[in-house]
Amino acid sequence: MDRSEKMALSLGILFLVILFGAVLYAKSQAGVDLPGCVTDVEPYSEGKVDTLGDKRFQIQYVARMWLFMPSEVRLPVGSEVDIYVVSHDVVHGLHIVGTDINLMAVPGAIAYKRYKFDKPGVYYVRCHEYCGVGHQNMEAKIIVE
Amino acid sequence: MQAVKVSAGFKKMVLATILFPTILLILGLYHGVLQAYYRGGLINDTSFLGLEYYQGLTLHGVINAIVFTTMVIVGFGHALIAYFLRKEPNLKVAWLSFWLMVIGVVMAAWAILSGKATVLYTFYAPLKAHTLFYLGATLLIIGSWIAFFSWIPVLRQWRRENPGKPVPLAVIGIFSTFIVWFVATLGVAAEVLIYLLPWSMGLMKEVDVPMTRLLFWFFGHPLVYFWLLPAYIMYYVFMPKLAGGKLYSEDAARLVFLLFIVFSIPVGVHHQFTEPGLSQSTKMLHSLLTFAVAIPSLITAFTLAASLEYAGRQRGATSLLGWMFKQPFFDKNNWFFAYLIVGLIIFIIGGFTGVVNASYNVNLIVHNTAWIPGHFHMTVGAPVALALMAIVLYLYSQLTGKEIKLKGLALLVPYLWALGLIFMSFAMMYNGVVHGEPRRTNLGLTYLNPDSPLFKPEWVPYGKMVIIGGTLLGIAAIIYFLVLFATMFSKATSEGGTISFPVAESLHGFSGARWLDSFKPWIIILVVLIVLAYGLAIADVLSSTYGTSPGYSPVSPVPIQ
Repeated sequence: MDRSEKMALSLGILFLVILFGAVLYAKSQAGVDLPGCVTDVEPYSEGKVDTLGDKRFQIQYVARMWLFMPSEVRLPVGSEVDIYVVSHDVVHGLHIVGTDINLMAVPGAIAYKRYKFDKPGVYYVRCHEYCGVGHQNMEAKIIVE
Repeated sequence: MQAVKVSAGFKKMVLATILFPTILLILGLYHGVLQAYYRGGLINDTSFLGLEYYQGLTLHGVINAIVFTTMVIVGFGHALIAYFLRKEPNLKVAWLSFWLMVIGVVMAAWAILSGKATVLYTFYAPLKAHTLFYLGATLLIIGSWIAFFSWIPVLRQWRRENPGKPVPLAVIGIFSTFIVWFVATLGVAAEVLIYLLPWSMGLMKEVDVPMTRLLFWFFGHPLVYFWLLPAYIMYYVFMPKLAGGKLYSEDAARLVFLLFIVFSIPVGVHHQFTEPGLSQSTKMLHSLLTFAVAIPSLITAFTLAASLEYAGRQRGATSLLGWMFKQPFFDKNNWFFAYLIVGLIIFIIGGFTGVVNASYNVNLIVHNTAWIPGHFHMTVGAPVALALMAIVLYLYSQLTGKEIKLKGLALLVPYLWALGLIFMSFAMMYNGVVHGEPRRTNLGLTYLNPDSPLFKPEWVPYGKMVIIGGTLLGIAAIIYFLVLFATMFSKATSEGGTISFPVAESLHGFSGARWLDSFKPWIIILVVLIVLAYGLAIADVLSSTYGTSPGYSPVSPVPIQ
């Protein structure tokens, strides 16, 4: 390796270290994290919304060919919501557009993520994994007001 | 190195291996363009001319990304072995490989075209396809293994006969490609043989979905490097020569190929970042390892740029960046260079957007949005597609002795392709991140259909860009096939039956380091990393998922009985 190669490689690795550092910072300081394993919740088959406390909610989504249950949820601004999703049949996706809620609904596992809805508006809950001929119809809503 | 004269049988076999998938590519590209029209909102229907959207999407993915790539790479590999090791692989074994691949492709194509396998090329269970779809995929993979197995004795013999001589760089490249491919396909082979085949044949009623997904992505990401590495071989070995220069450093080139053996495979979970059933620590490890796989690509960026700079200065460039413009971009007799450099420039964006996907939590804003196909069309859809399209023309011309016809048009293809691709990919990436446009979705029926309650008017401009991009790509494809067919139907100007490649000398030659001339140490590190990265992933799946699933047809929410 000559000098310029060493320099290029060091700069390249430094660049990757900075990027990965940003990822770690966002995870530990800003709390932006990926979903993990859920083992403390019983598998369920009914979609529903539960009130857990003041501005604390839990939505249990069921994704099925080709709709989400519940299909429309109304929440007050500032709600902190535990979002779960399971699949009733094939693999689906659950993406709440404009948020970092991006989950896969895989048969045999429960997906979970928490989110605080600080801005009022209509949030689209969209299936983003191919799930059969009706995939493009699979969109639900969360209305925050 | 002198051109090598190949036997008539070998010539026929290589031509068959590269032309069969290239002709099929017409069908795959046709539905590529149609998809742009559905996704752009031009077609507001479930099907067009008898081909359903998701069926065509399966066809597009399987033909373009699996069949065309695998078979052309095998054909290119045969040619590299014959040229650099001066000995042809066993012809009978090579034909066996060819026929297994062809029979596999015909089976899978039948299943897709008859609507019995509309499950996309990722074939996610519990959507269930016809047995022949899974069997066809298996035969295609086994066929490609057999080609690789036919090269191993040739390299062994070459090493015996040339003691102390380093293995040629291109051979290091193609062996690295197929080592990655062989190990990676063990994952999908396990998925198909243990789960999907018995299940589709009715021997097993239900299937373990999280496990099949883990096995699929064990294969699904290294697949990307199986596509890319042959393009890297062309970039490192041919491009500096075509540019009129030298390869900057052969050590660096060797290190890059060998690092890909190590880091290509234990990274698959980065396709599963948003899934349940895998822990955050497993995901973090796979994210970190995916960052490691960016290192060989960063070395590549430097080495190739330095090689091109050398070539540019040989052509008289003097200023700091002047060499960038002193390249034979528009020389129609050097059309091969244009295919490579255009793909490489697009790959700069393709590579960086890949780092975004790999970045653990950043993946949350892009996962399964249209950003993803936007990104991978800038990797497999440009550098890989253009390099493989070029090598088909190149090998065809050499083996048949026919001069490439319409060279001006041949030169136009990569530029038009790039223009179309940038339009399409930019629109998909932007709308994917900003408005959450999903991938793999018939947008023309709902989100881009003004008559649908789900219509999203703010997506319309991006839909239009996708239509323009798809059209330009379609025109580029038509021109490419025009050139290929014009060449096919022309008279041979020489005897043919020879192979020679434009091989660059190196500016800084091979140091002779033994660890850069042997695969073994790298394979050992790979096995250790796989045990670690996938041991954790399997433990996660076993401890946090439950039950099995019956099969489903894509047209009905009721399980298949």
